[in-house]
Amino acid sequence: MDPAAPPPKRRGPARLADPRPLFEDTSATGASPGRGFGAPPPPPSASAAASSSSAAFGAPAAFLSEPVSSLAAAYGSSLASHVEGNDWQVRYQQDTPVAPRFDVNAPDLYIPAMAFLTYILLAGLALGTQNRFSPDSLGLVASSALAWLLLEVLSVLLSLYLVTVSTDLTPIDLLAFAGYKYVGMIVGLLAGLLLGRAGYYAALSWCCLSSFIFTIRTLRLKLLSEAAAEGVPVRGARNQLRLYLTTAIGAAQPLLMYWLTFHLLR
Amino acid sequence: MAFTLYSLLQASLLIVNAVAVLHEERFLRHVGWGSDQGIGGFGEEPGIKAQLTNLIRSIRTVMRVPLIALNSITIVLLLLFG
Repeated sequence: MDPAAPPPKRRGPARLADPRPLFEDTSATGASPGRGFGAPPPPPSASAAASSSSAAFGAPAAFLSEPVSSLAAAYGSSLASHVEGNDWQVRYQQDTPVAPRFDVNAPDLYIPAMAFLTYILLAGLALGTQNRFSPDSLGLVASSALAWLLLEVLSVLLSLYLVTVSTDLTPIDLLAFAGYKYVGMIVGLLAGLLLGRAGYYAALSWCCLSSFIFTIRTLRLKLLSEAAAEGVPVRGARNQLRLYLTTAIGAAQPLLMYWLTFHLLR
Repeated sequence: MAFTLYSLLQASLLIVNAVAVLHEERFLRHVGWGSDQGIGGFGEEPGIKAQLTNLIRSIRTVMRVPLIALNSITIVLLLLFG
């Protein structure tokens, strides 16, 4: 076997499966590091969803049985556990940020971090199957993806400052939202490796569309004014500007997803 | 597609240098982007131009001294290591 071949993808997430001190543990069982937030105790429906998510962690086949939850599984297991209805928007809109334990749809950094590392390993695999792999190309792909991520977060912060949107979005939240597109990129890369260019384009276009819709629906709660977020069209230059900003952030996701993957499957 | 972190650092240093060179009196005032040129009412939220003007002024104020240090370090490192 080629000694310089990258480790198989399956070993990557398992090796990094225990970043306990860094990330929030989204399972409901076990000790509660999140109680220190002073958040109100979760209502019974949230705790039922959280306990079903801990059950779903041990039974991944449950994700793929129902097609709706398999759609949501693209955006993280915490969302897939919410099987009652299609409700996958951020539920609480409070002043204090709520841990993913209480609000199942709050942004967390676990999915983006895992997806980012899996993307790097998959990129190495894709390069290796085309005989384009070298030991430093992995570091190059990682550095490039990190630079694009940083650039995206900084430009979103700059545009939020320019449009004077008063929102409770922290840079870490923006990092989490920007990292969600790596899940779609992984799906596209896998389809491209297994099924060729046609599979890559099909999977990537579907992931791009869902990422676009997901970003817009998640950000409109935070960026738009109260009335506009409900769906009522509100006049005014500022609301229009906010709408353009939300759409632009959403449109940047598919563009970046395509830009970061197409050169890997040449 | 070699868009590395180092190139991002280089580009940001050059951009901050470019913003720091925009002189208030000699240049910005003639374009209409001076810091005291019609920011607008007090109660209304500022528009994009006012925000940009404030941003340029604050970058110039804050980064004036650190840029001296950053530029010197960059010059020395580039001379030594190419």
